[in-house]
Amino acid sequence: MTFPWLTWLVFFPLIGAALVALLPATAHRAVRLWATVVALAELAFSLPLWWRLVPAQPGWQFEERHRWIPGLGASYHLGADGISALLVLLTTVLTAIAVIGAWTAVDKRPREFFALLLVLEAGMLGTFLSLDLLLFYVFWEAMLVPMYLLIGVWGGQRRVYAAVKFFLYTMAGSVLMLVAILWLYFLQRNATGIVTFDLDAFYRLPIAPATQMWLFLAFALAFAIKVPMFPFHTWLPDAHVEAPTAGSVILAAVLLKMGTYGFLRFAIPLFPNASHTAAPWVVTLAIIGILYGALVAMVQPDLKKLVAYSSVSHLGFCMLGLYAMNVQGFAGSLMQMLNHGVSTGALFLLVGVIYERRHTRAIADFGGLWKPLPVFASVFLVVMLSSIGLPGTNGFVGEFLVLLGAFRTNWAWAAWAASGVILSALYMLWMFQRVMFGPVTHAENEKLSDLSGRERLVFAPLLLLIVWMGVAPQPFLDRMTPALERTLELSQMRAVMSANVKPQALETAPADVEGAR
Amino acid sequence: MNVFAAPHLLPVDWFALGAVMALSAGLLVLLLLELLPARPGSSRGAIVSLLTLAAAGASVFRARGAARSLFGGMFVHDGFTVFFTLLFLSIAALAVLWSWDYVKRTRINQAEYYALLLSSTLGMILMAASNDLITIFLGLELMSLALYVMVGFRRSQLESNEAALKYFLLGAFASGFLLYGIALLYGATGTTNLTRMAAFVADSPLGANPLLVIGGLLLLVGLAFKVSAVPFHMWTPDAYEGAPTTVTAFMSAGAKAAGFAALLRVVLHALAGVHAHWGTLLSVIAVLTMTVGNVSALLQVNLKRMLAYSSIAHAGYVLVAVVAGGPQGASAALFYLAVYSVMNLGAFGVLTLLGRGHDERVNVSDLNGLGFRHPLLGIALTLFMLSLGGIPPTAGFMGKVYLFGVALRAGLVPLVIIGVLNSVVSVFYYLRVTVALYMDEPKSEPTQVNWAAPAVVALLASLALTLWWGVAAHDLLMQAQRSVVGLL
Repeated sequence: MTFPWLTWLVFFPLIGAALVALLPATAHRAVRLWATVVALAELAFSLPLWWRLVPAQPGWQFEERHRWIPGLGASYHLGADGISALLVLLTTVLTAIAVIGAWTAVDKRPREFFALLLVLEAGMLGTFLSLDLLLFYVFWEAMLVPMYLLIGVWGGQRRVYAAVKFFLYTMAGSVLMLVAILWLYFLQRNATGIVTFDLDAFYRLPIAPATQMWLFLAFALAFAIKVPMFPFHTWLPDAHVEAPTAGSVILAAVLLKMGTYGFLRFAIPLFPNASHTAAPWVVTLAIIGILYGALVAMVQPDLKKLVAYSSVSHLGFCMLGLYAMNVQGFAGSLMQMLNHGVSTGALFLLVGVIYERRHTRAIADFGGLWKPLPVFASVFLVVMLSSIGLPGTNGFVGEFLVLLGAFRTNWAWAAWAASGVILSALYMLWMFQRVMFGPVTHAENEKLSDLSGRERLVFAPLLLLIVWMGVAPQPFLDRMTPALERTLELSQMRAVMSANVKPQALETAPADVEGAR
Repeated sequence: MNVFAAPHLLPVDWFALGAVMALSAGLLVLLLLELLPARPGSSRGAIVSLLTLAAAGASVFRARGAARSLFGGMFVHDGFTVFFTLLFLSIAALAVLWSWDYVKRTRINQAEYYALLLSSTLGMILMAASNDLITIFLGLELMSLALYVMVGFRRSQLESNEAALKYFLLGAFASGFLLYGIALLYGATGTTNLTRMAAFVADSPLGANPLLVIGGLLLLVGLAFKVSAVPFHMWTPDAYEGAPTTVTAFMSAGAKAAGFAALLRVVLHALAGVHAHWGTLLSVIAVLTMTVGNVSALLQVNLKRMLAYSSIAHAGYVLVAVVAGGPQGASAALFYLAVYSVMNLGAFGVLTLLGRGHDERVNVSDLNGLGFRHPLLGIALTLFMLSLGGIPPTAGFMGKVYLFGVALRAGLVPLVIIGVLNSVVSVFYYLRVTVALYMDEPKSEPTQVNWAAPAVVALLASLALTLWWGVAAHDLLMQAQRSVVGLL
């Protein structure tokens, strides 16, 4: 038997969390150190995904499958392909960075904070690696709890409101997905007699287009709230603004990707006909999200809120790319997911850095920061340019591919979305100008200390990724493209195979129920 | 006829009656022991109760196996009986562990308390094991009469008196309904035996017979009262709030499960032939019960009242399984009741630790800051709340998945959607507990927590089961499915 590597990846952070939680409450230094060690070890464990994954090989890699609840047909099935491997790497990298970034920011109960951060990591990895729908749902929901506590305990003024809103919003969308999962399960059982929650089995099951629509709506609602797509985005600014920096980083960098990942892995391949029918609607919402997010970001007086709304805009690009329904769009979307994770994660960290020093995030409280904080400002500049999508940075690659994919399907989509690119330049550059340039307008800003060694260490890998993914994105594209092509082929094949299927009632005939007595 | 020869006519399978006899014996021992002087602070009541429950459990375990019926079919010993007997014994054992320190602290008379607890458990077991409306009624009265007294055990407290009186009056009224229903059903079918009634209902086109319909409805009212289904739930918040918290914990799990045991036997066995006619009515009751329970719980500041309304909502979920019917519906109800009992006993149990003497501290704000002060209490209560709300990886989630899955399979789509949306509503008030535990400012004078070793054992046991059934539900699932085989 080979080493259960993915299981180790998912559960090692839990072991680490237990380890951290068992340290004495007052040993702040030890807590930070151990949390960092665990997060870095986890990163090290995940790195082989980069070179050991064979992109061209079809099917799941490093697959593990065990009986879990045989009575229900649920299995413990983990596996990776190019899509999930990259998202797993994004998760481990950003968690390690968030942990190191939170060293000084968290002085209240750091032991519990870091333990929860690691529990959260386990939940996110489980979500990306699960290939059994029930198992996926368990991770998807369970992951809410640590995030809820992170926002609610360590957040800002309105933290309780934001945390509860985050939990209820996400759960409200998810429970209908659970009903849809159960529906699929019985559909499978009626059609083939197989009792299973396994994704592969559902990939082979033709589903009547009319049924697909209902199931798609249930899945899409859950994912759309997570992404978040306009008009389901209202939990996001609250959650982001109130969350502690590390929480915001994880929320933006990884949690939102679970929504887009859900579309790519479940909603599109499982319900291709419904996805096709719904595409104009989804794209319309995505474009509204791009423009609306950008316009609202422009008028935010609070730096963190600005970044939060920019997320709504960027995730709109991801959704547009997915619903262009071609390989360029898919690749652009996945690229954009990674970019957004890196760039927006970095932006939240930068806002956290300045907040730690000044205890304010209002743009009006800054001005001329370049003079006292040259290193901070330069890092900010690079990250901001990447967020705008300047050629040479990662943002450009993603947005370009998304627009290319969208153009191939419908040029008007691309045209509308492209105006979002301009708007993003507008709100970012304007914000940068007000914060960084000109004379120092507030005397208390003159004495600020620049990035510390630890902080430089935090930003170095992010800057490296921004440039690497911008200048030489090919290794990333090589890893994702075969898997994306397969997803596309699968959904096209399923669309053909499902097109003429007739909807069937789910319940057994009454005689069947009576007969069982 | 020679009456002395009667025992030969009724060969009794004593092993099948082991649990009943063990409990009866233990009950008498408890009362006799009270004649001997006790050291102050003695725990003999709790110890004797636990030994009794263990003996009962062992004899049930020993007697499991082929289904058989005793006393001319009035008492059956089948998988269903064994499942519920073990469940009631576990509930009682957990309740004893939670009560161990609590009754001393609140100066409740121990012998009476534990004797009543055992006799109530005995009543529950009789209810589940009955295959006859008469014995169901006897079991129900035995359970209820003991509970009426236990609810009023905080004699010096006005709300406890009020609760007991309210519970007693309404309960007596419900018993009247039940008895009247039994009489009418007897009139309609000529028997009180459930199996014969089932055969009768199946053979004759009696679906629309007014006697059967009215009798069934009255019976339903009586049992709906016991499981606190809307609109027969009015007593629940008051009784749960006024009762000593350990009694609340015991009755919220035990009495409800017993009520459902009887309901399942009647609705899915005796009246199975007309189950289709009941579907709409039961669906309406299920929807009302879930919704009224959850919406009312949103507004509560007292945790006991909040959990009382939550227990009403959970009765609604189980009713969904009853509506689904069939072996699957029954097994889903069993599974859910086991899960619910464990997590709900845990939640109420934690509340028994709070406060000083009769001065209960069970408002939501009394928990402020306790999560970090008492990590075990915080983690346990949080997990019980998540489980009640149906969040994975807890038992409550698996219970809901199985239950709603079965209902979906039976074609109850609207009911399932209303059910899952209700669980979202419920999460709001369950989260308020975690908000108080971890997020609200600690009070200047934090609530006193009375740790005691037996309570910790009960806490850890409930916690372990809540988590274990959340990640490894297979065994319980199989048990629940096997236990309904004889029933249907």
